[in-house]
Amino acid sequence: MAAEYHSLGELVQLAKAQEKSVWEIVQLADMEDGERTAEQSFAKMHEMYQAMWQADQDYDGKRRSASKRAGGDGQKLEQYNAVGKNICGSFIGKVMEKAIKMGESNACMRRIVAAPTAGSCGVLPAVLLSFAEDFSVTEEMLVQALYVAAGIGKVIAENASLAGASGGCQAEIGSASAMAAGALVSLQGGDAEAIMHGAALALKNMLGLVCDPVAGLVEVPCIKRNSYGAVNAVTSAQLAMAGIRSAIDPDEVIDSMRRIGNQLPACLKETSEGGLATTESAKYYQVQENLTICEKQENNSRTI
Amino acid sequence: MDLFDIVGPIMVGPSSSHTAGAVRMGYVAGKLLGEPICEAEILLYGSFLATGEGHGTKKALVAGLLGMQPDDYQIADSFEIAAQRGITVVFGEAHLEDAHPNTAVIRLTGVGEKYTEVQVSSIGGSRISIDKIDGINTGFSGECPTLIVHNIDQPGCIVAVTSMLAKKNVNIATMQVYRSAKGEQAVMVVECDQPVSEDGIQWLEQVEGVLKVTYFAGIGA
Repeated sequence: MAAEYHSLGELVQLAKAQEKSVWEIVQLADMEDGERTAEQSFAKMHEMYQAMWQADQDYDGKRRSASKRAGGDGQKLEQYNAVGKNICGSFIGKVMEKAIKMGESNACMRRIVAAPTAGSCGVLPAVLLSFAEDFSVTEEMLVQALYVAAGIGKVIAENASLAGASGGCQAEIGSASAMAAGALVSLQGGDAEAIMHGAALALKNMLGLVCDPVAGLVEVPCIKRNSYGAVNAVTSAQLAMAGIRSAIDPDEVIDSMRRIGNQLPACLKETSEGGLATTESAKYYQVQENLTICEKQENNSRTI
Repeated sequence: MDLFDIVGPIMVGPSSSHTAGAVRMGYVAGKLLGEPICEAEILLYGSFLATGEGHGTKKALVAGLLGMQPDDYQIADSFEIAAQRGITVVFGEAHLEDAHPNTAVIRLTGVGEKYTEVQVSSIGGSRISIDKIDGINTGFSGECPTLIVHNIDQPGCIVAVTSMLAKKNVNIATMQVYRSAKGEQAVMVVECDQPVSEDGIQWLEQVEGVLKVTYFAGIGA
């Protein structure tokens, strides 16, 4: 197997040894594992990019989730950015906005691309689509960046976890952030080493993040957290592009995520039995149908 | 692990395990019945039972029974569509021990009087595991073509299955054999790399000692 990789280190080695980009190694491995030609593999990844783009286009600020409590924040941010109040620069302003929009679309049962999961689906597209709007890049390069993201995610999946139920949110938003950071470094022309360190920095700064979903839904704190995961990825990519390196070996960061995940108590791993999920506010966050008239009136003045 | 399970799948939210996985669970159960459904009883367990409402799990399970895939926008309307097709759906609670927290027991009655009870779980991402079919432990993912053979536990049945597959040029990926007691009923669950043809299945059904053959062509097939 010319392109078999099971760690970030191996990805770097293969890229250097074969004088190829990281994305090419990931594609070669996919061709072998998935029994696809280069064209078939690329077409499939392109389909993922297009689905992300479409999902961003399809956002509707008037939609609400089944709980009736999620929706509309992406529109608020869009309007805020549009009237010139954004102090974060166009790129980061868009990243924040697109991430929340995608998180809301997911909560509203719209079509999204799990990357790596549905709960974290806002992170990667926010970074890639915003980059596409603000900088000069071809769609082909964006698909190549998706390969980089997928390769990083695959390493994390094999060596740790991508599921909140086993690793907490560090495994979902943390992993998505690492994937997006690597993708962003590759889009800016960073080499294999820089890509892996970008990913490591992103994940490292989300270690210990727990999964305490309010009312067992993929809404609070999940939707807004996509924004933080996306901006975290931008930060990490910038540090890596400036030549800053993770003091801890990237694969060891992944392993730390795994060990920390194992040490997290079950009440903080997607059981809604701890943290935010057991607050007074969480008790009010219920399916609207279950509320009495009095509670509905009281709720109208509360904000989450 | 497929690269397109990392970036991908394209699905309707909100949850890979509680929505997309649930659609696949319903889909497999419907396919295993092998004929159009007229009645469905869906018993939920664990996390599915507790958080199913907010995740659209119930709608997703029914959508799968109707043959939908995880990226279908009609998932949200599955109850109405089921009613239009004359399918009655009843939900309840499953009483299980040590099952995966995202498990459902799906009991289906078909228009031609066929009946099946499938216990299936959503194990993460949108992957599923078919744990029991009609009371017998199985344990396969449904990702590839799968042959399930119920037979009398006696010499010759395994070789009948494997030689048929060899003749049809079908490679075996995994194979599990279980039996209730020596000489009693046995089950073979064979996951294959290639699809198994109709005539291969029909030949198997005629083999002495074989009681029932169920074939699942694979999710997305």
